[in-house]
Amino acid sequence: MKQDLGLYDYWPYENRPKIRWPGGAKLAFWVAPNIEYYELDPPQNPFRTAWPQPIPAIPGYSIRDYGNRVGHVRQMQLLNKYGIRGSVSLSTALCDHHPEIIKQCRDLDWEFFSHGIYNTRYTYGMTEDQEREMIRDSIESIFKHTNQKCAGYLAPALSHSELTLDLFAEVGTELFGNDAGIYTCDLFHDDQPTPIHLRSKKRFVSIPYSLEMNDTIAYVSNKIEPRRYGQILKDNFDQLYKEGDNSGTVMCIPTHNYQISCPHRMKSYEEALEYITGHSDVWVTTGREIAEYYLEHYYDDAVRDIAGKQESKS
Amino acid sequence: MSTNKNYLKYPHRSLGMDHSLYKWSMLDDRPPIQWPNGKKLALWINISLQFFPLNQQNKPFPVPGGMTMPYPDLRHYTLRDYGNRIGIYRFFDALDQYGMQSSIAMNTLVAKRYPYLLNKVIERGHEIICHGDHMDALHYGGQPIEEEAALVQKSLNELRQLSGQPVKGWISPAKNESHNTPKLLAANGIEYFCDWVNDDMPYEFYTDEGALTAMPLSTELEDKFILMNNLHSESSYKDQIIDACDFLLEEASTKGGRILALNLHPWLLGQPHRIHILEQVFEYLSSKKDIWSANPMEIVRVFKS
Repeated sequence: MKQDLGLYDYWPYENRPKIRWPGGAKLAFWVAPNIEYYELDPPQNPFRTAWPQPIPAIPGYSIRDYGNRVGHVRQMQLLNKYGIRGSVSLSTALCDHHPEIIKQCRDLDWEFFSHGIYNTRYTYGMTEDQEREMIRDSIESIFKHTNQKCAGYLAPALSHSELTLDLFAEVGTELFGNDAGIYTCDLFHDDQPTPIHLRSKKRFVSIPYSLEMNDTIAYVSNKIEPRRYGQILKDNFDQLYKEGDNSGTVMCIPTHNYQISCPHRMKSYEEALEYITGHSDVWVTTGREIAEYYLEHYYDDAVRDIAGKQESKS
Repeated sequence: MSTNKNYLKYPHRSLGMDHSLYKWSMLDDRPPIQWPNGKKLALWINISLQFFPLNQQNKPFPVPGGMTMPYPDLRHYTLRDYGNRIGIYRFFDALDQYGMQSSIAMNTLVAKRYPYLLNKVIERGHEIICHGDHMDALHYGGQPIEEEAALVQKSLNELRQLSGQPVKGWISPAKNESHNTPKLLAANGIEYFCDWVNDDMPYEFYTDEGALTAMPLSTELEDKFILMNNLHSESSYKDQIIDACDFLLEEASTKGGRILALNLHPWLLGQPHRIHILEQVFEYLSSKKDIWSANPMEIVRVFKS
């Protein structure tokens, strides 16, 4: 095990090259619904157990199924109401289990990115070949079912190896050149996109996908009240929007239909979406669009700026 | 340690669920349900009357809400018992004040130990649901089927005998099951069960012993989940019920009847400092003209009709 994976360099949040998003926007806003499949009886992983009770773990399994049976349509219709196209973090086996959901999202021109095969298949303990095969399977599934060349990755259940980002970028290149495997949502170190070091030297970025705004982190880990969650979303937006005067920022709301789409949580979520999209200098967009725009306009400046700041002087 | 070579095999990766317990179906695709008298929202209040034994066995896990201290854990034992002695009578008053119906899910051991309370429940006309034998009598994966079959049979037979009611509904302790639980319930005359929280509406659940109706009794909106698991305030509990009610009423206006299901624990909301919150919730719900205060069996009948 290493002290640090060397994925990015230290880059202070001042005097960075100025970002302006399309149309002069100050903040790029994207919503990433996780559309996941959890298995009732997954194979044992040596490092992480899927369910707290002996199989069948009805409490955990059934609420996640709620997300697909009930919650998905609710959130989809809500996002559509505010002109937001979802960037779907997809358990790609869901293409096989629930193609209706994939079709609905396709019809709304949503983006799909890879979140592994099942959210009950962890990267922990996989060999490099296994992880590469899993990632390849996921990218191929997305292409087969949506005709999209998968741009982004969020490791299944946030389970990583030291090589996760390398492998994702490499498989993307093998399959679709620079159209696939260009951004990751796995890192929480920044409020702006940042260049990531890969062994292949591919141009690849981290796009902010906030763990703090993630509904499951908020509701399950931090046990936040629904109305307070709505306020937190607005506060997060206000600060990033203000800082966007200096240089464009990114705000992401990562969601799960088994959390955000419960009847007692929809109102505060809608109020936050209405508030955010009601501001003029917001670019309502998707993960891929942010990554592509950044790679084209700001990536090279950022690499130079970061390199120049690795000396001790401020 | 590494994963074995079968870790990337996906035997159930195909259309529908990764099991055959029920059909994959999105709520939004189903025909709308009409409640009696054109009401939009069925309000199903369920009160859980629970017995947590002092000599908890934790087999296979400690039941949430149960004993946590070395034996004898009198603090948790008596605080849970408070619900059956004090809290439930405050609940009865609150229900009557606002003209609300409720089902009562009872551990069979509660009925056995507290005949006064059982008689009160019968006299008041509550529909009784079997909540298993007691809170530490868990149904779980790996449980020998003979053992579980005897447990289901005993819990149901005794409760039916003591209550004189047919007892057609079931909630497992901790809403936990084995693979065999649904078929054992069906074989013992259960019509609906409430352990699966994967829907907002009833749906058909298949077993080798015939079909059950899965009834949606939300865990996320339970007093226990909000107050004890999430440590939210009492006023936030009320806000969450109100927001859920408003949302479901709105959804029902375009998509057909919906259900607001509230599972309540008298050992929690029956405390002196919390009962007014329950009354405020009842007051809000009773002010909505489109709400039908319903018993679960009535909801099941409409669903099946």
